[in-house]
Formats: sequence, C-alpha cells, structure tokens
Amino acid sequence: MSKVDPETIAEEAQRADRAAGDEDEGRNVGARRLRKEDAKLVTGQTRWTDNIQLPGMLHMAVVRSPMAHARITGVDVSAALEQPGVIAAFSGADLAEEYSGLPTVWTVTPDMATPTHLPLATDKVRYVGDGVAVVVARDRYSAADALEHVVVDYEPLDAVVDMEEALQGGTLVHDDVESNLCFDFQMPTGADIDETFAAADVVVERRFIQQRLLPTAIEPRSVVCEPIAAADEYTLYSATQVPHILRIMLAMVTGTPEHKIRVVAPDVGGGFGSKLNVYAEEALALVVAKRLGRPIKWTESRSENYQATIHGRDQIQDIAIAASSDGSIKGIKAHLLADMGAYLQLVTTGVPILGAFMYCGIYKMDAYDFRCKGVFTNKTPTDAYRGAGRPEATFALERIIDELAVELDMEPMELRRKNWIRHEEFPYTTVAGLTYDSGNYEAATDRSLELFDYDGLRREQAERRDRGDRVQLGIGISTYTEMCGLAPSRVLGSLSYGAGGWESATVRLLPTGKAEVVTGTSPHGQGHVTSWSQIAADVLGVPFDDVDVVHGDTKMSPAGMDTYGSRSLAVGGIAVQKAAERLVEKARKVAAHMLEAAEDDLEFADGAFRVRGSPEASKTIQDVALAAFAAHDLPEGMEPTLSSDYTFDPENFSYPHGTHLCAVDVDTETGEVVIRSYVAVDDVGRVVNPQIVEGQVHGGLAQGIAQALYEEAIYDPDGNLITGTLVDYYVPGAPDLPHYVTDRTETPSTSNPLGVKGVGEAGTIASTPAVVNAVIDALRHLGVADVRMPCSPERVWRALQNANGGRQ
Amino acid sequence: MPRISVRIDGTTYEDEVEARLLFVHYLRDKIGLTGTNVGCDTSNCGACTVIVDGHSAKSCTLLAVQADGSEVTTIQGLATQNGSGRRGDWHPLQTAFHTEHGLQCGYCTPGMIMASVDLLRHNPDPTDEEIRHGLEGNLCRCTGYQNIVAAVRTAAEEMRSRAQTEGAQQ
Repeated sequence: MSKVDPETIAEEAQRADRAAGDEDEGRNVGARRLRKEDAKLVTGQTRWTDNIQLPGMLHMAVVRSPMAHARITGVDVSAALEQPGVIAAFSGADLAEEYSGLPTVWTVTPDMATPTHLPLATDKVRYVGDGVAVVVARDRYSAADALEHVVVDYEPLDAVVDMEEALQGGTLVHDDVESNLCFDFQMPTGADIDETFAAADVVVERRFIQQRLLPTAIEPRSVVCEPIAAADEYTLYSATQVPHILRIMLAMVTGTPEHKIRVVAPDVGGGFGSKLNVYAEEALALVVAKRLGRPIKWTESRSENYQATIHGRDQIQDIAIAASSDGSIKGIKAHLLADMGAYLQLVTTGVPILGAFMYCGIYKMDAYDFRCKGVFTNKTPTDAYRGAGRPEATFALERIIDELAVELDMEPMELRRKNWIRHEEFPYTTVAGLTYDSGNYEAATDRSLELFDYDGLRREQAERRDRGDRVQLGIGISTYTEMCGLAPSRVLGSLSYGAGGWESATVRLLPTGKAEVVTGTSPHGQGHVTSWSQIAADVLGVPFDDVDVVHGDTKMSPAGMDTYGSRSLAVGGIAVQKAAERLVEKARKVAAHMLEAAEDDLEFADGAFRVRGSPEASKTIQDVALAAFAAHDLPEGMEPTLSSDYTFDPENFSYPHGTHLCAVDVDTETGEVVIRSYVAVDDVGRVVNPQIVEGQVHGGLAQGIAQALYEEAIYDPDGNLITGTLVDYYVPGAPDLPHYVTDRTETPSTSNPLGVKGVGEAGTIASTPAVVNAVIDALRHLGVADVRMPCSPERVWRALQNANGGRQ
Repeated sequence: MPRISVRIDGTTYEDEVEARLLFVHYLRDKIGLTGTNVGCDTSNCGACTVIVDGHSAKSCTLLAVQADGSEVTTIQGLATQNGSGRRGDWHPLQTAFHTEHGLQCGYCTPGMIMASVDLLRHNPDPTDEEIRHGLEGNLCRCTGYQNIVAAVRTAAEEMRSRAQTEGAQQ
C-alpha cells in the first residue's frame, strides 16, 4: 500500500505557489514577495522604543503592590528622593489631579459597572502589581534601586480570586460597585431554548475551563515621552498596536489637547492583543514628562509584564447542546463567567462578547442562548489575547461536538458534516444573527483528510487500542469559522463599542515616480509594508520595490484605527487599493490631457496609459506623476500632484474557516502528550502573500497548541501570581512544537473587493480544540471524557487515574 | 569603578563600568549597540544572545566586567566587520531568515540568529530535530518555529556548499 506523505504534498503545493508567483513578475497580489521589513530586523538596525535615547532623558520605575487587596494608609517617597540619581518621586495622591481614570470603551450592557481605574492607586490596591507610586532617576538602575526606598503602608484585606466565590458576595473588589458583578449580558435568539431542549432526543452538558494566559510578546512594553514643555507639546513613543486610539485616549485621560500629542509606534515586537490598550504607564510617562519638562522612559521587565500587562482568556464555560437521535443539532446554550480581573482595561468587557455570536460556529440549528457574567476579582485585568472571545467559543463548541458524537455513537467528522452550512447555502444568516459571507467547508475538510491520511490513522488507532499499547493514538478535529476584520462601524455602534471600524489610506506618486502609501494600520510583525506594497504596485502598475509604506505615527498617518482583530488587510488593505484606484483615475485625466485624447479612449495597463487603436501614443504613470508635480500644463482647474485618500468601512465582517486535524501519541503511564502530526487547511479568501499567510498560520497554531498543552497563569488563594516569570510560565520552545502541514482552499470573501479575509487569529482559534479533542480521543476507551487545559503530563495522568477509580 | 576593555564587532571599547552592570545593558545603554534585545529577566528567552570568544552567550547573564578582554560579535557585526549591514554582506543565516520567512516581529531574531551561528559551528549539517533542540534556549512568539528551522537548514546548506567551494579552490 502506498502511503500518502502529507508533508511532501503540502511542500509541493507551496513550491508550485512560489513558481506561479515568480513566473508572473507583473502580478504582485498572490505572489510570495519577500518581506521588505526584514533587512533592518536581521541586521539589528531596528528602532524599538527602548532603543530611544534623548538628551536629558530620565528613567521611570513603578512601585507595585505586593498584595492582592489592601487599603493604602500611607505612601512616603522622601527616602527615595535621597537616593543617588533620583530626580523625583510621586505617589498616587501627588498625581491624582493630572488625569482621570483609564478608559474602557465597550459598554456591553447599559447597567455595566465601570469602576474608576486611576493610573496609580490612591485608596486601595486591587491586584498584585497595581501601581502605587513612581520614581524617576537618571538611569534605569538608579530608578530600580530607589523603588525599595518608597515606604507604603498597607492594611491587608481578604482577596477574592475565584469567580464563583466573587459572585457569592463577601469581599468587594470595588467599594463603589455593589457586587463583584460587572455585567450580565444575555442574548437568546432563534426558537425557544427551553422548548428546544425539552423536545430533543439527546442533550449533552459540559463545563470547560479556559485557563488564564499571559500573552508574552517577546518585546516587553516600553514608553518614551518627549515633552516640549514651553509649548505644552508631547511626542509619545510606545510599543503599542494602537497609536491612533492611544492618542485620542491620552488626550481624554490627561486633558492634553489632542493636537498637542503625537504618538509614534516605532518598531514593535509583537502584541497579540497585549499592546491593544491604554496603559497606566503611558499616561504616567506623559504627566511626569509634563511635570518635569524632561523626556521620560519606562520599560517593563518580563516579570513586571506578567503583573502589569493584560492577561488573556480566564472563563468558566457551561455549555449544553441538544440534538435529535439522527445527529441533527437543535440548539446550543453557552453560559459563561468571564474574569475581568481587578479593573476594566480598554476592551476587557468586549472580549467574551466577541465570542457571543460564535458558539454556533459553522453549524445550523434552531435555538441559541448566550449569557455571560463579567466578574471582578483581585487579579491582573484581562483583555484581548489573540482571538479574543472566538478561541473560547470555538473550543467549547468543537469539544462538545465530539462529546455529542460519543453520545450518539457517530463518527465525529460525519456529525459535523451533517450539520454544517453547505457551500451552496452562502451567504448564510446563523441562529446568532450574523450573516456569513462565504465558505466551502466541504473543500477544506476534504483537503485536510487527504493530507492527514485520516482513514489510515483511524485504522492504526484501532489496532493500538486492540493491542492495549502503552502509547495510545488520538485524533482530534476542529472545523472552525471566526468573525474577523473588525469593521462595520454600524455594527460596532449597535454593540455599543466606543468607536468605528473603518480604515484609511493615502497613496501618492512622488515626482520621480516612486510611490508612498500611508496607512492607518499599525503593524508589529504582520508584514503590512510588504503586503500593502503588493496591493499598491498592482493597481498603480509600478514595480514592487518602488513602493514604500508609512505607518504608526499620528503626525505622518493622522487617521487610522490600528491593528487588531485580524482587520488590517480586510479593512486597511482595501483602503490602500481604493486610494490607489482613485489616484489612477486622476492620472488618467492628466494623461488624457497630455496625449490630447479623450479619457475614455485611454487604456491603463502595466503602468502606462495608451490610446486605444494607436498604442504608440502612451504615457507612463511616472511621466504623469512628474507632469502633475510640475503642474506646467494641467487640465483647467485640476489640483497639482498625484495623491489620493480613501477611508474604507466594509458592509460586513469576513468569516475565514478551515479544518484542522491533529494526531497525538499519549503515554498512558507518564501522561506525556506528543503531537505526531498536525494538518491545517485554512480558507482565508484570496491571499495577497502566501508566505506571510503561512507564517501567520504557523504562529497562530503555536499559540493555540500552547494553550492546549503548556501554558497557564496560576494564582494562589491570596492572589499571588505564582507563574510570575518565564521560569514558571511555560512558553513552548522549538522542541515542544511539531512540524505543521498547512494548505489552503480559496473561497473569496464577498465583504470586500479584494475577496480577502483575516488570518492573524485563525490558527489560534482552530488549534486548541483540535489538540484537546485528540488527547481525549486517545484516552476515551480508558474512561477519560475530559482533561482540563493545559493537558500537562500531570493532568493527563491524573485524569487516567480518576478514570481507573484510582487503580494504577 | 572597574575598567574594562572589550572588542565588539571589530571595535575596541574601554570604559569604567559599575561592577553590577549587565553586559546587555553595557551594549545597549553605554555604547549604543541596540541591535541586541532584552526579552526577559530570567535568562529564558535568549533575545540577547551574542557570541563571546566564539561561544554563544546570553548577554543578560553576563556582567560587563566578565566580558573584559573578550572578543564579542553581536547581530550588528555579523554582516560585515564594520557593521554596515548591506545585503550583499549578509551572513547566510541573515539571508536565510529573510528568504524562509523565519521572522515576523523580529524581536527575537538577533538572538535566534546568533544562537544559530554557534549551533552551525558545532554541527554544520543538523537535522531538523537537532536544530529544534539547539535553539531551545531561544523563544519566539510569532513564527511557531517552523520557518526558523527551515532558515537554519537552508543557511547550513549554503555554508556547507561555500566551504566545499573554498576547499576545492585551495
């Protein structure tokens, strides 16, 4: 029997892709163009925020609470001021007049509790790491030394760490909020949920725990604020995903006029949601720079990052699914508790709500009931972490689908196939009320089965079960979709989100024929400079190398909504395309004038306007750019230069999807899980740069697999983060992760003219349930029905022991 | 304060330094070689890896005084000894990380490349598994490692083929 070698197939497909891209030099969109970003990154000629040194610059360090919950009875900075190199020190009370609370922009229910969140605590500290004072010194070591000399008196209070306990009353995280309940969001849709469940042949209920995760962008956060005190002007450099949002919010928080603040996101070393925020230290750097009239730098250490930068996930999910005995799904109930932590950061409350619509996934059903309670606890605030709400939803759904398959004694892929939305049914409005733009679940699934050798592995699994092998084989499936391209402003408004979701671009042709694209997106590893160059080069007909992209500076790209939620290409990339098309339309008018022809008689191809029928009469777009710049002879009334803007606000989200298959070997004596093979077939619509898309999928897979097998932020009952360094929090390294086999199907989105969908989060969303389903599948016949994440050797071993009734 | 003399990327620096100054802060803050990054405070992430006297070292675990008398190469000195970083002068690892898309945000990349320099010096023809184990002290959060492994493999091939050509010429 000849065995399919999935790696060979996928690698051949990728080679074919590469060849196709290289063959057609004139076409950039769809080709594997190597990244323009790389030259500085592989040579160390980068500008991370912490690299910035300014004349007279001082270093700020933050005194943080060692207690999870305590009343502050005194803060004395006088001894710190005596330390060598120390220039200033401020308590929370000292700075209280300088700012209002940090913003939260998503009012998910009208009665949501929004407690005040000052950059430095003044009355109580509410989590370990809550800031109480700052010291400012001439260098980073002196600032760190001086922290020890700030004396803070605390009156300890009981900490509330567990969400269910928090809801039972007792300790209140916020004295001015009557309970620890932040909000109770309810969204029943479709048929009556209770009647649906009562009438169903089969109901399966499960509780899943989404453990808390630490995003761990490898570049820690860093801020530099440079004031021009005399003019009350500030330039703030920050390792942020959201320079535009940050500028608006800093203006509101500190009362500094918006036009007097310039925010720059220089090179930014990863974010994954953790830099999608407005942080205390950003406001503090600005107000301290304002007070002292000198540039201020703050850079966090990794351990500080684990306390002071947002965490992800942390939900308890009670899920129920109802079906008829033939396997038709009738309804889903998803009732969540979501841990907010001690305060609300920028979109803390919105994270579970981004999942609210996704607990039906790709499946058709009649009834749907989503409910989520947001809960305050004495822990670091949570917020968006890669996927934000959709990984949680996809995990719960894909896990319970497997449980339902067991209950019905159905093959798990057949159960999925029976219920998913068929290709011919798109666009399809789900029971949760979203209209999915396009999809072909059949094609992606068929391709994945072929690459994975699904039937062969099932046979091997049966043999190993029959033999009672020590190492058992498990197969996990995840057929996912997600909503991405955070976008339609109208929809965001209806969800009470605090802003729109459009994106803007400017395209200009310089006198020498080179092109500049200005984008409102703010990349931090995604390769926008390369992809936007590809899009613009194709529309303008100029060489890829002749395009540069400007981003991440509110003075140079004044309008933008930044980068998160897999939105940049599907919103910002389209803005680039539309702005370039507008530029070509203006160029056409100039060319017609130059060629003394009617506009309609001109063809535009390969960067040149030609008169139809007499192709020797032509002007390149570079000729036109120079003519528009010189402006010696332009059509009457035309403005000089070639430059155009576009702001794109799509009609709908886009919905990538795919099928992921995972095979694991599980050692039943040690509990060790090893991923043997992983196949991901994703459909992200049309692809601008296949190499970048593959890279995004790989990285997403790594983070999803990390949740399934390795990572968990753990607090003790007193609210201490006991996984507080990279020693204790296990971020997987190269030996811990498998070789991924990736491929794509291509079903264009109908939400935008390029037909693209987002890809940044897909891998993370899909992979966690694929891996955990595989682990359970390996052990199901031994009586294991669930393992709590991460599926560490200890957890797997204990699950086996419990299933054995404690017998070894 | 102790006085040190250290040759970094082809230039000799002589400085008085605090005894407790970490070598990575000496590089970044004192002499402005900011190509070498700091990603943690527990020596786990490897972003700060440089070559000291021919061996890879995490420059956050080294005091500046310990580097006294050493010859150091950072990512900024890898392309050429004077560090212009022009593409034609790139080390095969720099080229391969670029062509194989072995980086995204690029923050771990200097450390990843310097650790790979050492790995390939000890093992010019590593298997994928040997590459993965050789880089276990370096964390990347963007790439999922697959393209890093491919980059190191590609660079190894290129370096072996160059060595062969040079051998044939001699």
